[in-house]
Amino acid sequence: MLTGSDLQALWLTVRLAATATLILFLLGTPLAWWLARCRSWWKAPVGAIVALPLVLPPSVLGFYLLLALGEKGPIGWLTQTLGLGMLPFTFWGLVVASVIYSLPFMVQPLQNAFEAIGERPLEVAATLRASPLDAFFSVAVPLARPGFVTAGILSFAHTVGEFGVVLMIGGNIPGVTRVASLQIYSHVDAGEYADAHRLSAVLLAASFAVLLAMYLWRPKAGKSL
Amino acid sequence: MPDIAAAFKLDWPGFTLDVDLNLPDRGVTALFGPSGSGKTTLLRCIAGLERPVHGRLLFKGQVWQDAATWLPAYRRPLGYVFQEASLFPHLSVLGNLRYGMKRNPAAQARGLDQAIELLGIGHLLERQPATLSGGERQRVGIARALAVGPEVLLMDEPLAALDLQRKREILPYLDRLHDELEIPLFYVSHAPDEVARLADHLVALDNGRVAASGPLAETLARIDLPIRLGEDIGVVLEATVGVIDSEWHLARADFAGGSLWTRDRGLPAGRRVRLRVLARDVSLAVAEPGPSSIQNCLAGRVDSLGDDEHPGTLLVRVAVGESRLIARLTRRSAARLGIAPGLPVHVQVKSVALME
Repeated sequence: MLTGSDLQALWLTVRLAATATLILFLLGTPLAWWLARCRSWWKAPVGAIVALPLVLPPSVLGFYLLLALGEKGPIGWLTQTLGLGMLPFTFWGLVVASVIYSLPFMVQPLQNAFEAIGERPLEVAATLRASPLDAFFSVAVPLARPGFVTAGILSFAHTVGEFGVVLMIGGNIPGVTRVASLQIYSHVDAGEYADAHRLSAVLLAASFAVLLAMYLWRPKAGKSL
Repeated sequence: MPDIAAAFKLDWPGFTLDVDLNLPDRGVTALFGPSGSGKTTLLRCIAGLERPVHGRLLFKGQVWQDAATWLPAYRRPLGYVFQEASLFPHLSVLGNLRYGMKRNPAAQARGLDQAIELLGIGHLLERQPATLSGGERQRVGIARALAVGPEVLLMDEPLAALDLQRKREILPYLDRLHDELEIPLFYVSHAPDEVARLADHLVALDNGRVAASGPLAETLARIDLPIRLGEDIGVVLEATVGVIDSEWHLARADFAGGSLWTRDRGLPAGRRVRLRVLARDVSLAVAEPGPSSIQNCLAGRVDSLGDDEHPGTLLVRVAVGESRLIARLTRRSAARLGIAPGLPVHVQVKSVALME
């Protein structure tokens, strides 16, 4: 059976992934919309920055984040000035790191979905008296629904699976920043292979189930378009 | 004081639109021209879907665009029908119809019912757009634009994406719009038949400029500036089915100044129709022609002469009562017959196209 600390790590992981995904929906949707619709020169550099976590070693990202969030970093200075204290080695530090780390997994599926809609449905909405904001919620969002599902699942799953960044920012503190992937690492480190097995199997099964559900669901969504 | 005044200047790489138009606030105005002539762009400028740098658009006393004003598309009281029906796939037919209506406080439920009735789509309301045929989809698209309660209806080649059979299915509904709609309708088309059948006013565009603009029959009868509607120059006459000759399967169409026999197509006497007479099907005789296979012979008087595209031929406009016909003659035969303005002539019409 899973131990108490295993369950604690799993629960922490779910909380972290859910919080990060929620924040990513709020940040990533307007960003993806802008990337899908703008003709500005800025589109290419912004797109490249969004994609950076895909290729950057997580430890590099974690290192820079640690500097930025730390006592002498700009964000650290900001959080201290605002009275929020320091973010490294806290849950919210993990959230910030996860949001940045999983950003491409939210933005790219959404951007693709928005681009696939094209200009026409929005023009139709405009000729039917819908303001741009109204048209976004009543036409673009429903038409991009498969993209939202994919983006949400990928962001959540990717946050569950991160290791290097959370190790750098979170520091593997039991009950605070020790997520499931770090818990498995700690088990192996301590020679507790049976414990590592159980927790790994849970993550493997859960990941497969989520992806299976996504692949089963997608063709149907495609047809309704 | 025109009710709708539109002037746009737009410069794109490889395309320029430069128009200054007064448009009627009643009936069907056809924006006609070959592809690339700017007719769709003009319609999109009117709708506010394109924003020309220099533009002025006055609609019945409202400023939609001038140097200081820009009314975005969603604040213009118009309905727009796209070439492809472009129904929202995530909404049912009724959901599509209600989308615009809900967003216009002035739209009335009566308008929705009328639109459903006018386009004959009452039996489709619960269906999803994906399950409709192309013709049904376009009817829903037109009804959706009408249900919003527009003050002008803009249609961008609503039949172009349909095959011949679907076109025949929709045309009667467009006739109904023409007859029953009280708002002006701007209709983009490159199909001469649709224009001859539906339009009251013609705006001919060429290369981003207005080649001619005016009432349909009058504009087509101009020979100083011949407008080709399709393969040949020709006039359109408003007529009424007069007599049906059931023995010979012919129908007589009466127009202001005369009448022409055509094949009987089963239309009842009294039905209003349009006749299209091409210049190449009209010949002139100075003396009473002898027995001939050409049955339609009208008495007329030469009105004016104009150049044709080929140096060997010319165009002769002939007044028949209040109506005008155009004949194409070779310059040689015109010279031999002594064709000149004021000369009484016998007008022989070889072929007439009848449109409901």
